[in-house]
Amino acid sequence: MTLDPKVPAGPLAEKWDQHRLALKLVNPANKRKYRVIVVGTGLAGASAAASLAELGYPVEVFCFQDSPRRAHSIAAQGGINAAKNYPNDGDSIDRLFYDTIKGGDFRSREASVYRLAQVSNAIIDQCVAQGVPFAREYSGYLANRSFGGAQVSRTFYARGQTGQQLLLGAYQALMRQVALKQVTLHTRSEMLDLIVVDGEAKGIIVRNLLTGQMTAHTADAVVLATGGYSPVFYLSTNAKGCNVTATYRAYKQGAFFANPCYTQIHPTCIPVSGHYQSKLTLMSESLRNDGRIWVPKQAGDARAPQDIPEVERDYYLERKYPSYGNLAPRDIASRSAKAICDAGQGVGPGGQGVYLDFRDALQRLGRPVIEERYGNLFQMYAQITGEDPYRSSMRIYPAAHYAMGGLWVDYNLMSTLPGLFVIGEANFADHGANRLGASALMQGLADGYFILPYTIGDYLVRTKPGAVQTDHPKARAGVDTARAQVNRLLAVNGSRTPESFHRELGKIMWDHCGMARSAESLKAALAQIPPLREAFWRDVKVLGSGAQLNQSLEQAGRVADFLEFAELLVQDALHREESCGGHFRVEHQTSEGEAQRDDERFAYVAAWQHQGAGKPSVLHQEPLQFEAVHLAQRSYK
Amino acid sequence: MKLIVRVWRQQNAQEKGRFETYEAQDISSDMSFLEMLDVLNEQLIAQGHEPIAFDHDCREGICGMCSLVINGRPHGPDKGVTACQLHMRRFKDGDTITIEPWRARAFPVVKDLVVDRSAFDRIIEAGGYVSVKTGSAPEANTVPVPKPAAEDAMDAAACIGCGACVAACPNASAMLFVAAKVAHLSDLPQGQVEHKARVQDMVQAMDHEGFGNCTNHYECMAACPKQIHVKFIARLNRDYLRATTHP
Repeated sequence: MTLDPKVPAGPLAEKWDQHRLALKLVNPANKRKYRVIVVGTGLAGASAAASLAELGYPVEVFCFQDSPRRAHSIAAQGGINAAKNYPNDGDSIDRLFYDTIKGGDFRSREASVYRLAQVSNAIIDQCVAQGVPFAREYSGYLANRSFGGAQVSRTFYARGQTGQQLLLGAYQALMRQVALKQVTLHTRSEMLDLIVVDGEAKGIIVRNLLTGQMTAHTADAVVLATGGYSPVFYLSTNAKGCNVTATYRAYKQGAFFANPCYTQIHPTCIPVSGHYQSKLTLMSESLRNDGRIWVPKQAGDARAPQDIPEVERDYYLERKYPSYGNLAPRDIASRSAKAICDAGQGVGPGGQGVYLDFRDALQRLGRPVIEERYGNLFQMYAQITGEDPYRSSMRIYPAAHYAMGGLWVDYNLMSTLPGLFVIGEANFADHGANRLGASALMQGLADGYFILPYTIGDYLVRTKPGAVQTDHPKARAGVDTARAQVNRLLAVNGSRTPESFHRELGKIMWDHCGMARSAESLKAALAQIPPLREAFWRDVKVLGSGAQLNQSLEQAGRVADFLEFAELLVQDALHREESCGGHFRVEHQTSEGEAQRDDERFAYVAAWQHQGAGKPSVLHQEPLQFEAVHLAQRSYK
Repeated sequence: MKLIVRVWRQQNAQEKGRFETYEAQDISSDMSFLEMLDVLNEQLIAQGHEPIAFDHDCREGICGMCSLVINGRPHGPDKGVTACQLHMRRFKDGDTITIEPWRARAFPVVKDLVVDRSAFDRIIEAGGYVSVKTGSAPEANTVPVPKPAAEDAMDAAACIGCGACVAACPNASAMLFVAAKVAHLSDLPQGQVEHKARVQDMVQAMDHEGFGNCTNHYECMAACPKQIHVKFIARLNRDYLRATTHP
């Protein structure tokens, strides 16, 4: 089949306006006849559900947490980009577009990225109107700061809790619609499958996590806003509950999975402290505004950081990338940290760390200013490590953070399954092979507030409302299949916990498919994953019953999906014989160790189609055509 | 370290709960408190016991999901942090640690240490928002907001909705939670239009959910992981009075 991205014709800057005019509308009286399911209540899901409900669609919302407000968008710290150009420093829609597409190493769809930059400003307007308490200047006007991969200050922020404040804004808008009975909310509910009737998505199968009850919910369209899959590495900055189940089950039902190998390893995280570690904590990239990253020039220098004189320090980012310095993009900063640690100059236990130093900033700005800008991050660091970052350097190391890959969607955010829309981190979207800081919040809200509400109507208006109900054979069969899977997990009664399998998978992925990948390491991973998956189904131990809250059972189901999905990710990484953004193949690098793209062979989106258990997935390509942008090697020097 | 852990076990909302005592082996002082529970749970599963159910998600102090009363204090002994940010270096080898769920009529126990906090969602539903439809916002810098007002709003908006304030209060009052949301929105010009109705509706919803009244113990502020100030409660009382007497 041909993969049609449905990018409208016309000049780049006019595509979205013309497309909005061309999209068919559902008249207000008919909107109430179309039901929409939204899975996930992060920035994308909550904003989409609230906006669709405001338009008059009855919406059913599902999340696995106890409240929609706890979705993992809440943990985003640093900020959200927009092309407002308030600082008058030369920003524009075109510049935000260009920075984002370059930051993504020219592996994203031009028209989608341009639209993202276009709607970015409206997001800030909307959030301010909702009462999001953004940082302000003494004048009362909005303040900005800088993020990696940009030479302008375009990032809006609310202390170190920007994701929290934006999510509360969207959550509150959602709860207003719950009060108006326009939204039905299902918390502690996990989607386990997608209902597909005649090739179109018409509902989902859901397990109530408190009662174990399995139910079918049907609708005229399904929106997945279920986030990314970084916990495939086990240790990541994601919440413990983040998982690939919803998107992976949709993939097994026929939606194509795009660019799964594009994973982001974030450079500034607190290093691993022991084998019991359950997650890694991110320190916002905003710290790189004032912090300086360095290691001792002398490998194995055991002195305390404050005792190492200036001349014996290697500020390697400033040295290698003088024009961006500590604000080099994430993939480059992460790889540089790995390279310098591999060279033996790393600090802390096992040499897996580099210093992030505020000595100079504290001298220049004084402690009160640093406290105001980063106080909560410093406190978080002190709490986790037991060290005081105001007195000595912090230690940081890269950690899995974000998934640029996700379900393939066209310009309308619809997957290859008609009726299935995918938004936010769950789609492969706008970040190409590397996402710039403060762009995830922008994309999630762009999709939810300003894109999906337009495009979904164009699909709905072509369908007959209420065509599929919960008594449909496909809905019943879905319930039976999901129930069988749960019973199967409970029946194994082996000797190992789901947690132990997850850790083992994570280690395979991190060692062989992490920051540096080679054909050899990827083939090693492909050899190790299937036996682990078989061991899981032979030896997993899940106690308790499926008829009540059972967190071990929930975890087992998610790990089972990760064990399959991991193979798809590695397969994608193996096929892409080039380096781009977060995907670094050691065979493909410049003489200076930078990522070497191969635009001749790989300037396309890789979308994988499931063929059934045990059969290899089929690759489909969406060629990336660049009209406005000249493909170049990324340079941040 | 080796620790004695007394944990509240309760099969579901209907059945009676009880304390069970376990020994947690091989605990490192660098572990987080929840990682200690992970290790204990792995030990329990190995012994054929059902693991302890507890709510957690982000494990970095922002989602508000974790909800443990540790040695009688919501989120444990450290000030200004959630249970997931508490680390085992705070304890000594051989210590006995008692872990209970939030206890409040409005937060019924679901299982073990997991409680139902949907009452908070219903309070927000009653009016904890600005009614602005997507697309109808003016340009963001049209209305300047004085920096002190924005900072005060952010102090209140930092609430993570965990419910520690309720768990700490002898009356199981939700006044700090409600006051923080009311203050966040009333500090800003965008929240002014609906201010009076919001105060009344949210207080009414709070009472309806079965939360107690505030009698100025200030335990809520002491337990709050975001150290939200009780001054917001004083303001809530004033705003409520004004809204009811001058509607």
